[in-house]
Amino acid sequence: MPKPIRPDSVQITIDGEPRTIEAGTTVAVAIAVAGLPGRTSVSGQPRGPLCAMGICFECRATVNGIAHRRTCQIVCEPGMDILTQ
Amino acid sequence: MTQHFQTLVVGSGPAGIAAATVAAEYGSRVGLIDDNPDIGGQIWRAQRGKSGPDISHGGGAERWSKRLFASSVTRLQGWSVFDQPSPYTLRAERQNIAADFSYDQLILATGARERFLPFPGWTLPNVMGVGAIQAMVKGGLPVQGKRIVVAGSGPLLLAVAAALRAAGAVVVCIAEQASIKSLTPFALSLVRDPAKILQGLRYRASTFGVPFHTGSWPVAATGKDRISSVTLSIHGSLQEIPCDYLACGFHLVSNIELASMLGCRIDQGIVAVDELQRTSIPGIFCAGEPTGIGGLEKSLLEGEIAGLASAGHPEKTRSLITQHQAAARFAVKLDHAFALRPELKNLSQNDTIVCRCEDVSFAALQGHTSWRSAKLHTRCGMGPCQGRICGSATEVLFGWNASSVRPPVLPSLISSLISPTDGNPSSLQKAK
Repeated sequence: MPKPIRPDSVQITIDGEPRTIEAGTTVAVAIAVAGLPGRTSVSGQPRGPLCAMGICFECRATVNGIAHRRTCQIVCEPGMDILTQ
Repeated sequence: MTQHFQTLVVGSGPAGIAAATVAAEYGSRVGLIDDNPDIGGQIWRAQRGKSGPDISHGGGAERWSKRLFASSVTRLQGWSVFDQPSPYTLRAERQNIAADFSYDQLILATGARERFLPFPGWTLPNVMGVGAIQAMVKGGLPVQGKRIVVAGSGPLLLAVAAALRAAGAVVVCIAEQASIKSLTPFALSLVRDPAKILQGLRYRASTFGVPFHTGSWPVAATGKDRISSVTLSIHGSLQEIPCDYLACGFHLVSNIELASMLGCRIDQGIVAVDELQRTSIPGIFCAGEPTGIGGLEKSLLEGEIAGLASAGHPEKTRSLITQHQAAARFAVKLDHAFALRPELKNLSQNDTIVCRCEDVSFAALQGHTSWRSAKLHTRCGMGPCQGRICGSATEVLFGWNASSVRPPVLPSLISSLISPTDGNPSSLQKAK
């Protein structure tokens, strides 16, 4: 597990790219801050979070190998591996 | 093995916190289960990096969280309840583990969500709910210097606009669909309630200088990979406004799915309860927004009443029930003041997506006479959100009753459906 470079930050990877994120940030926000589009819809449209409270599933991504996780309800943890869908 | 609680409370917003705390104070063994990482629900959602409810907005958050932390309530955060494997037992999932929680009494405090209505461009990234952008900011989204249009309907618009300004955003304007005619009686009715007036003034002061348009709503969002401008209908004339975010939600919808799955009687979109918050199913109570959108005060009172009743002390609820009548009257006023105008039914173009999970367009839904027919023929409402978003939209657009709830009420892992594990002991946190 990578060591945090500052105590108030965590290191994660999003789509294989290492990122340093302020501790306590949700995964949905980490994806947005990375400038990534988030999810691609079934007809190929870019989508981002809509409800940010676990209802709409627009923010879903693969977190630590588990697909379709609602990233708005998950806080970034050191070493977390996030793949956008 | 199954964890057993005398009282199990689902949802750790104000209603759930009040219910769990009171029941525990009267000696019940209480579990408080919630799918968010921390307690507080939406209104008391924690700021990034801070544990516990956000106490900055008052309203009893500090008092209630102290009482909760001093109680014996077992807090179960990050658990999504998705099924009832047997009577008096709920199954929940946390990451890739599942566990069963059995109960003698169940209190449902599942809160509310925003109502979203489709308009061209509403699926673009950075178009999100009003409560949603506030949740994202609390989750760490930097909005310093960002241009944000706040639109839709409901008291949340002013509160969130104030919070966004405090976070350094440029709130370009607020567009409330309700007319000044329907809002004025509501505003005047608050004169009898000094606490609400004070709250209103605080929002007014902190949004000072932000144009507040009544009778106004978004008709289109445009942008390539994300929104770059929104066109608003402001008192009948169209105005295109460049922005980085559009925060848009049309008031709130009760989260009734779990109550519905458990067989509780639903009446006109809300969970039917008696004066002790008992649903139609013995041993199941419901408190807060699922019994009707009414805000913080109503939620806290209903939580307390349900907590006392579940712990076997219905005689202690009398003064609370009297206070609750006033809170319920406020809920009726809210409904009237922020009733949706018919023009909002006509915002979609043929190619506007209505069901975002399955990308079902407005044109594809026309000609269907019911939610069921639309589901069977177009896959509308068949995606991961299970119709929670498009169902409350088609209710407004077509008058459909989108209530067909079956377990699992949330998408779940196959392994969770097959066998519950014991619950990861390290994730079962005693209230400190």
